[in-house]
Amino acid sequence: MSTTPENISGTTIHEAELETSFKDNLARRRVEAAIFKAVILLATFFAMAILATLVWRISAQGWAWLNWNFMTSFPSRVAARAGILSALVGSATIILLTVVFAVMLGVGAAIYLEELSPKNKLSQFIELNISNLSGVPSLVYGMLGLAVFVRLLGFGRSIMAAACTLAMMILPIIIISSREALRTVPPSIRLAALALGATKWQTTWHHVIPAASPGILTGIILAVSRAMGEAAPLIMVGGVTYIAFLPNSLFDSFTTLPIQIFNWAGRPQEEFQAIAAAAIIVLVALVLVTNGVAILIRARLENRNRW
Amino acid sequence: MDIVIAAKNLTLAYGDKNIVKNVSLAVGPRTVTALIGPSGCGKSTLLRTFNRMNDFVPSFRLVSGEINYRDLNVYSEKVDPVYIRRRVGMVFQKPNPFPSSIAKNITWGPSINGFTGDYDQLVESSLRRAALWDEVKDKLNSSGLALSGGQQQRLCIARAIAMDPDVILMDEPCSALDPASTARIEDLMTDLRDRYTILIVTHNMQQAARVSENTAFMFQGEMVEYSNTKQIFNAPKQRLTEDYIMGRFG
Amino acid sequence: MSTTTAIANSDMSAITRTGDARLKIRWHELAVVRWLQICAWISVATTIAIVAILVLESSAFFAVVPVWNFLTGTNWSPLIDPRSFGVLPLITGTLVVSLGASLIAVPIGLGSAIYLAEYASPTTRRFIKPTIELLAGIPSVVFGYFAVTTVTPFLQAIFPSTEVFNAASAAIVLGFMVLPMITSLCDDAIRAAPRTLREGGFALAATKAEVSIGILIPASMSAIMASFILGFSRAIGETMAVALAAGSTPNMSLNPLISMQTMTGYIVQVAMGDVPHGTIEYQSIFAVAAALFVMTLILNLLSQFIVRRFARQWE
Repeated sequence: MSTTPENISGTTIHEAELETSFKDNLARRRVEAAIFKAVILLATFFAMAILATLVWRISAQGWAWLNWNFMTSFPSRVAARAGILSALVGSATIILLTVVFAVMLGVGAAIYLEELSPKNKLSQFIELNISNLSGVPSLVYGMLGLAVFVRLLGFGRSIMAAACTLAMMILPIIIISSREALRTVPPSIRLAALALGATKWQTTWHHVIPAASPGILTGIILAVSRAMGEAAPLIMVGGVTYIAFLPNSLFDSFTTLPIQIFNWAGRPQEEFQAIAAAAIIVLVALVLVTNGVAILIRARLENRNRW
Repeated sequence: MDIVIAAKNLTLAYGDKNIVKNVSLAVGPRTVTALIGPSGCGKSTLLRTFNRMNDFVPSFRLVSGEINYRDLNVYSEKVDPVYIRRRVGMVFQKPNPFPSSIAKNITWGPSINGFTGDYDQLVESSLRRAALWDEVKDKLNSSGLALSGGQQQRLCIARAIAMDPDVILMDEPCSALDPASTARIEDLMTDLRDRYTILIVTHNMQQAARVSENTAFMFQGEMVEYSNTKQIFNAPKQRLTEDYIMGRFG
Repeated sequence: MSTTTAIANSDMSAITRTGDARLKIRWHELAVVRWLQICAWISVATTIAIVAILVLESSAFFAVVPVWNFLTGTNWSPLIDPRSFGVLPLITGTLVVSLGASLIAVPIGLGSAIYLAEYASPTTRRFIKPTIELLAGIPSVVFGYFAVTTVTPFLQAIFPSTEVFNAASAAIVLGFMVLPMITSLCDDAIRAAPRTLREGGFALAATKAEVSIGILIPASMSAIMASFILGFSRAIGETMAVALAAGSTPNMSLNPLISMQTMTGYIVQVAMGDVPHGTIEYQSIFAVAAALFVMTLILNLLSQFIVRRFARQWE
C-alpha cells in the first residue's frame, strides 16, 4: 500500500465547478448511436433473410416434383415426365474434366510464380494480367471458348469445348488462391530445407506444397463450386437444352444443370417453372455441399498449428 | 488540496489474471503525476481505467474497488463512458492522428461533443498550447499523417486539449519519439500543468523526475510507493523503489 | 519477402548452370520448371486470345457498321429489318440494372460490413460470415429464377404497371448477388484500420457509431470505393440472372419497371438462337462483348489502382 503525497488531502471537487463552451448533447447522441446500430444490424440480417427467402421459395415450388424419376429421366416436352439425368451426367463429366485441366495449369502456374520465378518486371506483369483475368465476365470466356475451342481447335459444341472453357474461366481463381496458400508457408521452412542441401524444386515439392495443400485444395473446391453453377459461358459454346441420351465420347454435345434450369425457368408454363425449382434444389444442394466441404477444410486448417 | 481523480482499493484483471492488485491513488488538480514501474506492472492498465479505455479489451474485468473522477464513480452503471472521456482526455504511446487534415484532427472531437465556440479560434489556441502552431499554421489543411513523429504527437496533444479536458492521461507519450521531440513534449507538459491535471505513464525515470510533482511506483500490480517526486527519487521509503530507481532491475 | 526473392533468383540460375556430376538429377527438375513456367504463361496467352478474338471478330462487324454509329446509335434492332446497330440502348439497360444493383448492395453491404467489423462478437462473426459466403455461392441462374418467380410478382403487387420482364427485378437480384462481395471487401478494409485509430476516436469521447462513421469509414474510404467499383463491374458482366429477369427488349429508357435488354442479355439471346457463323448478327455479339470487356477492364483497373494506393496508407 502507498502513502498519499502530503499535498493531497481528501476532498473531491464537484464537477459543476467547471465551465466550458460545450453544450451537453449526450442524450441525443446515445439515441443516434442506438439507431445506427439497429440499422446496420438490420443490414446484416438482410443478407441472411434473402438466403432464407430464396431457400424457402424454391423448396416450396420444387419439393413436390423432386423424386427418383426426376433424377433418372431425360428432359421431355411434358413437364411431368421430364428429368435431369442428361444434365446431371453432363455437369458431372464437364466439371471433372474442368478440374483436371484447371488444377494442372492453375496450381502449376501458382507454384512457378510464387516459388520459382525470379521476382522481376515480367512476373509482375503476369501477376497484373492474372488479377485482371479474374475480373473478366464469365460470358467473355464463353466467347473465347466459342472462337478457340469450338471453331479453331475444332472441338465443336462438345463436352471437351465446355470443359476447356470453364477451365480457362476458373484458372485465375485457382492461381490466386493457390498463391495465397503458398504464401502462408513461412520462409523458415524453405530455408531449413535449402540448408540441408535440397534444391529449390525439392524444397518446393517435398515441403512447401504439402504444407500449402489444404489451402490449395480449399481454393480449388471453391472454384469448382463456382464452375458448377455457371451457365453463361456454356451457352456460348453451344450447350443445348434437349438431350435425350448419355454422352459416348468427350466430343458429344452436352447440357448441364444450370442450362437446363435456365431453359425451364424461361418458359411460361407453371409446371416447367416448378421442375426448374426442383432442379435448382439439386444444383444448390450440390453447390452448397461443395462450399461446405471447403469451409470445413478451412476451419480444420485454422485449427492446425499456426505458423 | 482537493482530489480530481482517484482509485480506491482497485483490483483489475484480464481474464483470470489480476493485473492491478488493491491499488489506491489520489490525484489533485493541476499537477503532473507520473506512474513508473517495470513492463507489465499494470501502470498502463491502471491509467486506461481512468477514462474506461479498457472497455474495448474483451477479457478486461474490474474485480473490486472503484475509480472516482471528481464526484462520479467512473465504473458505475449509470455513468456513460463517453461523458467521462469528454472530461478525461488521453494521449497514446504511438502518435495516432486521424488520416485527415490537421484542422480536422483538432475540430472533430469538439464538433461531435457539442462545441459552441469558434472553430478557427479553437484550432489556433489548441495548436498554440501544444506548441505546434508556428510549425503548421500555413498548412492546416494538409494531412496530419504528413507531419513528423514528434509533430504528430503534439497534434494528438492539441487534439486532446481542444476538448477542454479536465484531466489528460498520457500513456508513454514519448516512447516512439526521438530525444529532441521528447524534450519538446516534456517542456509542453510543464506548460500544461497550470491548467490541466496530467497523469503520465513512463518507462523513463529521468522523465518522471523532470516533469512530475508526484510519482507512483508500481511493481507486479501493486502500488509500492506513491509520494512527492523529489522524495521518491532522493529518499525512497521502500527498498524495492530504491532498487528500481537505482536500476538494479527493471 | 526479400529472402525468398534472393533464393528464387540464385536457385533458378543454379538449375540452369548445373554441370557434369549433378546433371542427371537435375534434368527432370529443369523439365518440371519449364512446364510450370508454361502454365504461368498460359494466363498471358488467355488474355491475348481474348483480346485477339474480340478485335478480329468485331473488326469484321465494324467493317459493315461504322464504330461511330455503333457507339452513338440509339436504336438496337439487329435481328429484324430494318436493321440498326446502335449500342446505346444495351448500354443504358446495362447501366440501369447495374446502378440499381449498386443502390441495393452498396448501403446494405457497407452497413453489414461495419456491423461485422466493429460490433459483432467473434462468435456472431463466425456464424454470420459463412452464411454470407453461402449467399455468394448461389448460382446466377438461381437468382434469375428467384427474380422471375418471387421478386417480379412482389413488384407487380406494389407497382401494377410492372412488366413481366423488367429491369428492377433484375437489378434487385443482382444487388443480392453483389452484396456478399461488397460486405466482405468493406469488412476487410475497415478491419485493416489500426486499433490506435479507434482508440484515438474513443478518447475524444466519441460513441461507437461516431467512430465508425466519422473515423473508420473516411479512413478506409479508398478501399471501400474500390469495392463499390468492383461490385459495379461484376454487375455489368453478370449474365444469367439478367437474361432471365430483364427480358429481351432493347429499351433506351430509365423506367426500371419495363423490359430492358443488357449487353450480356443480348449476347445470350443470340447464342441461344441459330445464328450462322459469319453473319453480321453473329459478329455483333463480339462487338458488344468488346464494349463489355473494355468497360469491365477499365473499372477493374481503376479499383486495383485505388487499392494499391490504399495499401501504403497504414505503413
